[in-house]
Amino acid sequence: MCRIGSIKSKVPVHPSKALHLMLPQQEGHDNSGFAMVMQDLYGTFANYKDKPLLSMACTQKGNQMVEEYMDAHNFVQLAEWIPIPDKRPGLDIQAMPYYVFRNYDFPEHYNELSEEEKQNLLLDTRLALRKMLEEAGEGFVYSFWPDVLTLKEIGDPRDIATYFHLWDDHGGLMAKNIVVQCRQNTNYDIVRYAAHPFFLQGYTLCANGENTFYTKNKEFQKSLHRGYIGFESDSQCFLYTLHYVLHELKWPINYFKHVITPLPFEEIEEREDKEVLKAIRQSLAHLEINGPNTIIATLPDNRMITCCDSKKLRPVVLGQDENMIAISSEVCGLNEIMPDRDREKDIYPNEREVIVIDNELEVQRWKQ
Amino acid sequence: MEAVKTQDVSVNDLSWKIEYHADRCTMCGSCVATCSFKAIEVKTQAQSIVVSTDSQPNPEHRHIARPIITQKASLTDYCRGCGMCEKVCPNNAIRPVRNVDTRQVLLSKDSGPIKRGGRTNLNAQRTLDSIVVGRISQMTDPSLDSARHTFDIRSPLGRVLSPKELPFRLENGKMVMDHKAPPVNWIYPLIFSDMSIGALSTRAWEAVALACAYLNEKCGLPVRMSSGEGGMPVKLMESDYLKYFILQIASGHFGWNRIIKAIPHMVTDPAGVLIKIGQGAKPGDGGLLPAAKVAEHVQAIRGVPKATLSSPPNHQGLYSIEESVQKMHLSLNAAFGFRVPVAIKCAASATSVSVYNNLLRDPYKICGGFFLDGIQGGTGAANEVSLDHTGHPVVSKIRDCYNAAVKQGLQGQIPLYGGGGIGLTGNAAADAFKMICLGANGVFVGKVLIQLLGCVGNEHGRCNSCNTGKCPMGICTQDPRLVKRLDVDKGAQKIVDYVLAFDAELRKLMAPIGNSSLPVGRSDALVSTDKAIADKLGIQYVC
Repeated sequence: MCRIGSIKSKVPVHPSKALHLMLPQQEGHDNSGFAMVMQDLYGTFANYKDKPLLSMACTQKGNQMVEEYMDAHNFVQLAEWIPIPDKRPGLDIQAMPYYVFRNYDFPEHYNELSEEEKQNLLLDTRLALRKMLEEAGEGFVYSFWPDVLTLKEIGDPRDIATYFHLWDDHGGLMAKNIVVQCRQNTNYDIVRYAAHPFFLQGYTLCANGENTFYTKNKEFQKSLHRGYIGFESDSQCFLYTLHYVLHELKWPINYFKHVITPLPFEEIEEREDKEVLKAIRQSLAHLEINGPNTIIATLPDNRMITCCDSKKLRPVVLGQDENMIAISSEVCGLNEIMPDRDREKDIYPNEREVIVIDNELEVQRWKQ
Repeated sequence: MEAVKTQDVSVNDLSWKIEYHADRCTMCGSCVATCSFKAIEVKTQAQSIVVSTDSQPNPEHRHIARPIITQKASLTDYCRGCGMCEKVCPNNAIRPVRNVDTRQVLLSKDSGPIKRGGRTNLNAQRTLDSIVVGRISQMTDPSLDSARHTFDIRSPLGRVLSPKELPFRLENGKMVMDHKAPPVNWIYPLIFSDMSIGALSTRAWEAVALACAYLNEKCGLPVRMSSGEGGMPVKLMESDYLKYFILQIASGHFGWNRIIKAIPHMVTDPAGVLIKIGQGAKPGDGGLLPAAKVAEHVQAIRGVPKATLSSPPNHQGLYSIEESVQKMHLSLNAAFGFRVPVAIKCAASATSVSVYNNLLRDPYKICGGFFLDGIQGGTGAANEVSLDHTGHPVVSKIRDCYNAAVKQGLQGQIPLYGGGGIGLTGNAAADAFKMICLGANGVFVGKVLIQLLGCVGNEHGRCNSCNTGKCPMGICTQDPRLVKRLDVDKGAQKIVDYVLAFDAELRKLMAPIGNSSLPVGRSDALVSTDKAIADKLGIQYVC
């Protein structure tokens, strides 16, 4: 079973904060990896918030291939952070030769494009880069999106943090939103792409649990959107459903929970909006999840959400103080990074509840 | 010596032989009276016996004439193996025994092709028995508790739109329906299949209908029953119970005169309309109700004289799938104000996927269900050659249809229901569950229901005389003396009990895979011990 966590803060925080959130929970995970997605960046990338940021791990040749591709497609390189790793002996990390975090400016003639067209361009570029590196076996492309940075690696999270100098809190890498997980995943193969959080067009998601409707979800999602690929982990399905409901169908966020854990028919019949709920349930039957799960996600506007499966078979807790809200599988994580918070304000969302945290750290909660 | 020709029929030519113990027989006559096929008769037999009646042995040789029961050596009044004689005999003196040396099929074609009821005797292979629910929630996720958790066991009947086609409009942050969407009823995934009044006796049909109503009203299970071709009693159509029924229209359109006249008087809508294109037991053949079964009430409901009623193999005027959609689906939808889902039932065939694809792509979005009936389905009357030598197994066909929809991202839009052999070996819940995992939304059963009423027919040539009008159990006959043998209430109770057990067993199968909703298309939950079946269905092979 995984443990997942996230931090949403009014002031930018270092990744070490997220590590401190996760490490006390290590009994629940196997310390087999580290993965995080940071949104609303500060430090090196603070001045390029509207420019797409490429996050990838690759070989030298892979880097070269990407540079050639980006040149050929008229992306202009702006800022870049290539970590100089701490290669002290004894670190448990299966490192790739290069980690590249690089901002690009849009090709000039694309400035005329609509927001949606730009989003599609970024997605298609990432998919093309991923395909290119995958076929060549030269690397992994995690995200290509403004103000979003993804880091994933296999190994002990503490050693991975040492390798990338994440314990140093050097100020170069900070964000107001971090979603994090300390296990490489997965019940399936050890593949870098299989580690959550996953990212797609501004949506970040990680999940703790088992998606027993994985096959159903996957078979349906494959035909819904070109970006729904990979499926190295059954948790990717949750991200794709979130993206589909909010980004493709453009439904209000209230309906996401009705898609993944629909109400029983008996309860639907008693509702005023039963016609809508039934229509959702029948048209999106293949996006239902039916196993134990907790989801933490970040939306393109940096709001953060969390919810559980319909039987609350996986735990989650939310703790808060003036400047920060953290969500965690276990309360011991919160105690580590927010020991002085008012614990009576901790929220343990129930099986029908959705929690949304806005950028002012106001917590909205409702029952589906 | 009696003059015997080699072409004469003897008892040993028949499929069933009567095993009779004269020494146990009390000559009560029950067996002869009960045999609706007149296959046995009382004869006098000359016997030479030795008796001793004194206190000391004093054997005496006697010639006596004694009444005994004998089997007729006849190709018309022959024993069907129903076992009623054995059932009524107080002294275990008589029973039918299967005759392995039978020549009956060979000899019985004097008056044309053999006709019979029941289901195939040749293709009783059980694909579903080599499949097991093999993906169990063990530590990856918790198994559920079938008794404690709530399970949402419902299936759609009706045309489901793709999410982007839903007529939603945002109003103050909430979505509301902008206009009507096609009607969809969420029903129990077990449908009582179409057996008409005519094929069934009034009592048998009533027992099934009673069970259906009881399951709805008292047990909270929204089981639906298809009327079969041949209409329904007007009083029932004008009652509130109509909502539990799916009206069937087949190529003979029998009963629809009354149905249409009843429409203005209906107080509720039926659960659906089912267009029967074909059935698995006799694909490509129309319905057949022998004259012997066209009793007065059947004539009244159908508006026909006493004659053999043959439905044509096709709906007249339908030439293509597209036409069927435009003509029949649209007109039947219109007849009920587009409030009632209209589904279609076809015999499984090598062409089923093409049909399903066409229906999925129809621009009217008008087909509310695709019922596929496999070769192991039953019938009241058919040519034996059809029963045994035409048709298509349903399991892989349901899977093929589901996969075809998956390929186009259209899964779930036209609900799939599979039938024909569901519950063949007694456990319909296991069969249904596996069909659902393979992509069916639900199943339909017919033969299981009449077996619960007392039918003893099977796929090994037992009884299968539904076509004769002489059903010894009073189920498939209109002979009032035979019909009286059936206890309506007891019959209904058997069906209710079976469905309640079905429901409990379905939960028992859902719980270990950790699902509280039906796992439609969750093929990963299944494994097969047969490599060929695993490959064909796209599930894991295990050994």
